[in-house]
Order: sequence, then C-alpha cells, then structure tokens
Amino acid sequence: MTTVSSAEHTRRDFLYIATGAVGAVGTAAVLVPLITQMNPDASTIAAGAPIEVDLAPIADGQIVKVFWRSKPIFIFHRSAKEIAEAQKVNVASLPDPEPDSARVKKGHDQWLVVIGICTHLGCIPLAHQGEYDGWFCPCHGSQYDTSGRIRKGPAPKNLALPPYAFLTDSKIRIG
Amino acid sequence: MSGHSTYQPQNKALQWLEKRLPIGGLIHSSFVAYPTPRNLNYLWTFGGILSFMLGVQIVTGIVLAMHYTPNVDLAFKSVEGIMRDVNYGWLLRYLHANGASMFFLAVYIHMFRGIYYGSYKEPREVLWILGVIIYLLMMATGFMGYVLVWGQMSFWAATVITNLFSAIPGVGDAIVTWLWGGYAVGNPTLNRFFSLHYLLPFVIAGVVVLHVWALHVAGQNNPTGIEPKSDKDTVPFTPYATIKDGFFIAVFMILLAWFVFYIPNYLIHPDNYIPANPAVTPAEIVPEWYYLPFYAILRSIPDKLLGVIALFSSILILAFLPWLDTSRVRSGRYRPLFKQFFWLWVIACIGLGWLGSKPPEGIYVVLSRLFTLYYFGFFLVVLPLLGIFERTKPVPNSISESVLSAKH
Repeated sequence: MTTVSSAEHTRRDFLYIATGAVGAVGTAAVLVPLITQMNPDASTIAAGAPIEVDLAPIADGQIVKVFWRSKPIFIFHRSAKEIAEAQKVNVASLPDPEPDSARVKKGHDQWLVVIGICTHLGCIPLAHQGEYDGWFCPCHGSQYDTSGRIRKGPAPKNLALPPYAFLTDSKIRIG
Repeated sequence: MSGHSTYQPQNKALQWLEKRLPIGGLIHSSFVAYPTPRNLNYLWTFGGILSFMLGVQIVTGIVLAMHYTPNVDLAFKSVEGIMRDVNYGWLLRYLHANGASMFFLAVYIHMFRGIYYGSYKEPREVLWILGVIIYLLMMATGFMGYVLVWGQMSFWAATVITNLFSAIPGVGDAIVTWLWGGYAVGNPTLNRFFSLHYLLPFVIAGVVVLHVWALHVAGQNNPTGIEPKSDKDTVPFTPYATIKDGFFIAVFMILLAWFVFYIPNYLIHPDNYIPANPAVTPAEIVPEWYYLPFYAILRSIPDKLLGVIALFSSILILAFLPWLDTSRVRSGRYRPLFKQFFWLWVIACIGLGWLGSKPPEGIYVVLSRLFTLYYFGFFLVVLPLLGIFERTKPVPNSISESVLSAKH
C-alpha cells in the first residue's frame, strides 16, 4: 500500500481515463441504433412512394379523400363561387397569411390539394362545414376556408400542401 | 425512524437467513415496528390503496397480455375475443379498465391530501417529487393502455396526444414521426405502445419503492403537521396501520367491484367500441376522465404552443410546490386562509374536469380560462404570498396533546 510509485499512478490514471472515454463513446454509439430504430422503417418508407390520381371523375364542388403516406389528402374541385370566395379575402387579415394563388398550381385554380390533417392536433376536419364553406375540425373547433386556410380556432397554420404536380390537366401525381 | 431493528427471529431457519440476508429485519422495521403517528385519519390509507391497485393492474395486465395481439388488424378483435371467448376475460378486462380509473381516483385523493396537510414540506420534498414522477409515469402508462384497445377513441387519442409534440419549434415534426415510426399513427406505434405499456408499471413499482423508502426516512406526516416527539405520539405500524389500511382497501374494492359488476362501461366512451378508422375523426373526442382537467387547460389557450406549454406546466408545477409554499405551518388545519384557497383550487380542478368534457365554445371557454388562471394563480401567487400575510392558528405542542384535547 505504501509502495505506490508515481509511475504506476500515471499508468492507472491513463487506464482510468481511457476506460472512461471508451465507455462514453461506446454508450453514445449504441444509442444511435437504439434511437433510430424507432424512425419509419424501410417498408414504411417504400409504401410512401408517389401516387397518381385521376381528377376526371371528381364533380364540380366535390371533395375527395385519398391516402398518401397514411395521411388523408383532400382534393377539392372548387366551384367558381368558391374560388371567388378564396381570392377576395384580405390576405393581411389572415392568421397565416397566404394568397389563394400560392395554394394552387398556376392555371389550375379549380383544384385545391391539401393534406387533410388539422394543423392543431392532427384530427381530420369535416368538409363543407363551418362558417367559411371549407372545413371544420370537430376536435377543437378550427375552421378553414375554401383555400384550406385557417380562419378561426386554435390551429396555428393553414392546411399543409403536399408535394404534387399535374401530369395532364386531369391527372396529378402526389409525392 | 427506520432505526435499528429489534427483529430477533426464534426460528432457526429464519436466524440462518437473517445472518446472510437481513430481509426479515427490513420488513419488520418497515412494516411491523415502524412508528406511525397515532392521529392518522383514513386519508392516510390511500398509499396502501394505491400500492394494492398497482398490484391489481399488474396482475390483470399480465394475464390480458396473454390474449392480446398488438397489431392494427387484430388488436380490436383480440380485445373483443377477451370479452367474449376467453374464460373470465370480461372480468379481467373490466377490472383492468375500471381499475385504471380507480387508480387515478385514489391518486387524486392522495395528492389532495398531501397538499392540504402540507406533506410536501421540508423534509419531505424528495418524497413529494418522487410522487410527481410516479404520477407522470401513471399518465403515460394509462394513455398507452387506452391506445391498445385500438377503437376510434384509442386511435384519435394517440393522434392528438402525440401531436402535442409537434408544437415544439423546429424539431417537433421529426419527433412526432419518430414517436409514430411512420407518417401517421399506425402499426409501429401500436407495437411500441404495447411494449412500453408492459414496461412502465414495473418502472412505477421501482419508483414506488424509492417513494416508500423516502417516506420511511422522513417519517409520515399527520393531520397536525407536527413531527412525533415521543413514544406517546406514535403507534407501531402493525397492527394499527396494517389493519386500518387493509380495512379501507377492502372498502375501496367495493367501489371498484360496483363499477366492474354494475356499470362496467360507465367510464368507457362508446365510440371506443368502434374499430379505429384513420379516415374519420369522431364527432367529439374527449380523453379519459382522469385527463380532463389538463385537456381543459390545453383548450383554454388559443395558441397551440402556449396551450401545450400550459398543459405540461400544470403538472410539472407540482414538483416545485415545496418551494412555492412559503408558510412555516405545515398542516392546512391551522391555516384559515389557506383552507379557503385550497378548497377553491379543488373546485377549480373539478371544474376544469367538467369543462374538459364540454365542447370548446361560449361560456365553457370563458370558465376554462378563469379556472386555468386560478389553477396557476394558486401555485404562483396565493401560496408564496400566504406564507407572508396569513395569520395562522396556534399549533399544538405535540400530536398526543392534540389528540387528547380533542377527546373532551
């Protein structure tokens, strides 16, 4: 006990620090797979590939619901009246200011494509309800207009736009 | 309190064991010889009731897991299978589902009691914080168990609650996707909730051991809020507390049995007997009754992020209670003003619970905001100031003096 030399002391210190460092790095490294395994797996991502939707059967004024990446997508064939309602709003007065032109593709004013998930806490809003002819969320009372913009209630943002493109005038690809 | 054991087993085998593992002595000093204040009322039996309810939930839960399938296509069916096909499955599931409600009822009484009698005050701060942790774990466990049924309410509760995290700026959406394991609540979510719902009760049991340990270091509080000073102030845990706890556990089980055998679905939302449908949100979604006050607080604030912050703060603020209450008098019995504010706060909690079940419109919103304001005001304004301005009543010299003077 009394014969501990300074040289031994240094070696033990080195071992102590080296072991601690290896332990810390090892713990950090093992956390990566343990945490990442909870993210969407390969099959979930593969099932999230783009989908094509034929718009021809959707009547004037009709809203259809399709699923992409397990999320409901609303495709709204807007009537002339509904387009006019969406365009005449004073954009500056909106909680999440966005002109209608930024919500649709150029030259396709009659088609509104939005993710049908309330931006508050994720419920699915009901179509053609509420004070603004758009959507009404039954969970906490958020109301959206014919451009899918939040007008009233606790939701902070407009209904999100999914990535999509027109393949022809009557066909879109979502994703 | 948890001082030296006087445990001297007569049995040779027990003596042999005691020399190698003094577990008999530990049990004896903790649950037999342990001195407990002689003036404890029935509100002090809820610790025992809660331990018993945790046992009920673990036992019924383990057997339910033998018949349950955590898969989106089979989960609802397997629960119905438990109800119709499994021997006594209906009884086990109703015990588990109503047991959760009774567990929360008991924990709320336990918490109200702790607040009224100042059981969080020095030297019981750690004991109290461990209790808050147990309560948080209970909330997580109860929520995930509710999701496992995979009815409409299960699915949409899972969606709404996980979406609370989307309010976090920047990383919110990434966190929610990580929680789901997909782009929406789905099979990976159900699977991990099952795994965690099985795990967390054992974590709770572990923290309960710490909670009881901390209790036995500081000693139990009592209705007078003054510490036992002599042997005259205490009685041994066994038989006094054991019998009292046991008796009241039996009484409490009558309540559970009444729910299980007469109104088993009273606390279960009828929509949860509709299988989960990711395409349709039910017309009105409400959480289980024991989360309603927090749901009302969330909805009373017209901003998403602030609403979520208020929701979490309303629970976390409990952990700071030992330092927010500045009064040197422990028990509410000798604090005339505190008493009034306390009961107002209880009314606010129950009122928020009622408002959480109402649609978020009109007068309900106004009342929710008032009660939310008072809920936080009680902790942040009333308790700190009362310690300074309140004229408290004289506190008795000892527990025995208080007990004997009450006998007149």
